[in-house]
Amino acid sequence: MTIPNSFPITPELVASHGLKPDEYQRILDLIGREPTYTELGIFSAMWNEHCSYKSSKRWLRTLPTKGPRVIQGPGENAGVVDIDDGDVVVFKMESHNHPSYIEPYQGAATGVGGILRDVFTMGARPIAAINALRFGAPDHAKTKHLVSGVVAGVGGYGNSFGVPTVGGEVEFDERYNGNILVNAFAAGLAKSDGIFLSEAKGVGLPVVYLGAKTGRDGVGGATMASAEFDADIEEKRPTVQVGDPFTEKCLLEACLELMKTGAVIAIQDMGAAGLTCSAVEMGAKGGLGIELQLDQVPVREERMTAYEMMLSESQERMLMVLEPSKEEVAKAIFVKWGLDFAIVGKTTDDLRFRVIHQGEEVANLPIKELGDEAPEYDRPWIQHNPRPDLAAADVAAPTDYNDAILKLVGSANQSSRRWVWEQYDTLIQGNSLQRPGGDAGVVRIETHPTKALAFSSDVTPRYVEADPYEGGKQAVAECWRNIVATGAEPLAATDNLNFGNPEKPEIMGQLVGTIKGIGEACLALDFPIVSGNVSLYNETNGVAILPTPTIAGVGLLPDWQKMARIGSAGDGDVLIMIGTDGSHLGSSIYLRDILGSTEGPAPTVDLSAERRNGDFVRSAIRNGHVSACHDISSGGLGLALVEMAMASEKGMTVSLSEQRGPAHGLLFGEDQARYVIAVPADIANFLQANAEGAAVPFRRLGKVAGERVVIDDIVDITVEDLTIAHESWFPSFMA
Amino acid sequence: MKSAVVQLPGLNRDRDMIAALTKISGQAPVTIWQTETEIPDDIDLIVIPGGFSYGDYLRCGAIAARMPVMQAIKQKAEQGVKVMGVCNGFQILVEAGMLPGALMRNTSLKFVCKDVKLEVVNAETDFTRAYGKGQIIRCPVAHHDGNYFVDADTLASMEDKGQVVFRYAEGTNPNGSLSDIAGVINARGNVLGMMPHPENLIEAAHGGSDGRGLFASALDVIAA
Repeated sequence: MTIPNSFPITPELVASHGLKPDEYQRILDLIGREPTYTELGIFSAMWNEHCSYKSSKRWLRTLPTKGPRVIQGPGENAGVVDIDDGDVVVFKMESHNHPSYIEPYQGAATGVGGILRDVFTMGARPIAAINALRFGAPDHAKTKHLVSGVVAGVGGYGNSFGVPTVGGEVEFDERYNGNILVNAFAAGLAKSDGIFLSEAKGVGLPVVYLGAKTGRDGVGGATMASAEFDADIEEKRPTVQVGDPFTEKCLLEACLELMKTGAVIAIQDMGAAGLTCSAVEMGAKGGLGIELQLDQVPVREERMTAYEMMLSESQERMLMVLEPSKEEVAKAIFVKWGLDFAIVGKTTDDLRFRVIHQGEEVANLPIKELGDEAPEYDRPWIQHNPRPDLAAADVAAPTDYNDAILKLVGSANQSSRRWVWEQYDTLIQGNSLQRPGGDAGVVRIETHPTKALAFSSDVTPRYVEADPYEGGKQAVAECWRNIVATGAEPLAATDNLNFGNPEKPEIMGQLVGTIKGIGEACLALDFPIVSGNVSLYNETNGVAILPTPTIAGVGLLPDWQKMARIGSAGDGDVLIMIGTDGSHLGSSIYLRDILGSTEGPAPTVDLSAERRNGDFVRSAIRNGHVSACHDISSGGLGLALVEMAMASEKGMTVSLSEQRGPAHGLLFGEDQARYVIAVPADIANFLQANAEGAAVPFRRLGKVAGERVVIDDIVDITVEDLTIAHESWFPSFMA
Repeated sequence: MKSAVVQLPGLNRDRDMIAALTKISGQAPVTIWQTETEIPDDIDLIVIPGGFSYGDYLRCGAIAARMPVMQAIKQKAEQGVKVMGVCNGFQILVEAGMLPGALMRNTSLKFVCKDVKLEVVNAETDFTRAYGKGQIIRCPVAHHDGNYFVDADTLASMEDKGQVVFRYAEGTNPNGSLSDIAGVINARGNVLGMMPHPENLIEAAHGGSDGRGLFASALDVIAA
């Protein structure tokens, strides 16, 4: 008995597929007839925002994506960057926001699974993961449940798969109450001559399905992720996929084993929009048609329709074009790992995407146009109005600096994230040199005696809200700075742009301003964007999230013996601030968490100062002049100092007397391009002379000593009290 | 003095273990796949590494314990070959009945990855000779199900026979284990199971080498 797969195409059915009337007309014009039900599903999958980037594409094109080390930029499963000696790092960041809000454990788990698959599809063994998580206000009814589920999901998948999680971010803000963000990053290692792409080559070659079986989970997931949430959210649960890290681990080993045999001509993981997207992409990129025989697709549920099979987002699946002579070799490898292996189609020379089920042709579409002719919008946007300046002198100073600092280090957003990262395996593979809690995660290259990679992900959404352009610049600059703070040379980045509904001109204006800022910073810092992801419609009941363009970057340490850490300051070290005196309190943590205000502009990022100061710090670290280093970001110099003190378990005696301006501006100002470094006393003068020579502004702050942090006569707190405040917030919140 | 590392689908610290054995002995271990029914005669130390064998579905280590390769390992253990199970490897040895007790979910109900302190309770085993009795070492843990349990009579007998080899020390028990037990050995003294990961603390890059003693002991004794 055949499975019914035809429904009349009504305007309601079109609308329920997330296609606007003019987009449907575009389909009619393109194929010259009414689409079948399956074809409508295919168009919906290919033309939604998530897969087609139809609102953002025009602006994404402006980003710098090339550089001397860039081997593969955006457009493949992940970016590829040269790290010398024939080694390459393969990386990408991707969001799984909507699913994680609906079902936090599986949403987060499959987010991690998806990004790992993107990396190993390209032939790279994953060596590091980081993740940027943003939740609603701590006192919001759902927040604890979401934190608990997302963290367990990230850990549940990554730990079982066997990749160390070496860094990330966790932030709370009421603007994420109805729409949390889960941005997962993964990086892998490959050889430059061992990269695999999705471009199909050769006519009449077998298209092979690998991995787990296809079920009904996630049908329509990409379409769901391209819409706002409303009161019907509970109904969307079946669109969230279920992850199986065990199968993924087997798929990793099987794919890497298979790639060594020369059997793989092209490979593409089945991510958003599953079989549809992967097959169309492989064919369209290679200038070939694809014919799929759905009766051959391994399924785990009975009576699945063509529509369901084409749109299923079941996890841990791959599609591959196979070298025919290696069919038996390939099959044996997959049998060994207990995975499905099925020839489900072939490449053709007619540039059609044909899908056959039960002897019937259920889709026959022009393959290139499915991707290339997707709508592209130049959506109206409005320029953001700059906020008026806010002088430090016009911001109230704290009545008690000790209280202010203790409150900040023990606040929801500045407290220790230990509760989170102790649930992640941070040391598997035995190469983690810096685990979470520092400026960047660092992982050594196992096959090389001295090389290591540094990873960081950053964005300050409150700055982006205040000024999308400066906020976009700042996200890039802070990521770059965190990598520099280890002594690494930042190489390239991936962007994960999370915004609200782009059909609103003010949201579109945020996106446009941000991309301009990111582009300018990437250009100035030689930090190209090599992969990325856009997540729009992050709104619930019409309220958008804070604009959150997460930037994750990778840096190279030629010799990890000469790496800096936040927590290695030694007694007697001289503390030096690199950069200018602090004064910018607009949109600062001090203003928000001590004074309860979100006013004021974002700090301006002077990209030439950023580069000059960063280059100086990196060279000082590499010359062995720095015993500890920490960038100055949220909370300003004051928080940077106490964070270094806590991580080093050492006190500090500091004076601000060399600096000019009100003390609260000096301590809490969030001016950019700044670092705190601890320098052995006998090197301090030499380093200062070097800074002068390089025209790098600096201030001598004091020294590392004792068990208290003492700043002039305004701060005097024991490191123990700071640590108790810092470590207590998260466990007591989650208790 | 040859060692072997067992590879089962879902185990994921096999590479860490192979690296540790290679670095410490200067010789790469052979690998043994799940379907193998015979283990070469010249193998003196078999290591079952950590991970999530068969996804840890059903119960940690339960499926692995019933795979053909475990029969072969059991036979070797009966002949006196040393067997060491770390983390999932420990869970598998317990499920296979080669070590007493059970490993339950951590009392926190969460996965935990952190450094803990271990007391070397018995420094006279083939795996711990490099340490001193009562010595406190540092070692990382990374597990979801490390909460060791055994009935009171068995525990008393194990204590008598020196079968408790490692205890979490200085208040660092991360999982609620009975009597702070982190590692145990069989009565014969050739099968060791432990939750912590000595293979992840063997060199300066790991921030210390407290875990080295385990491998040095197991491999040195073999050399002797």
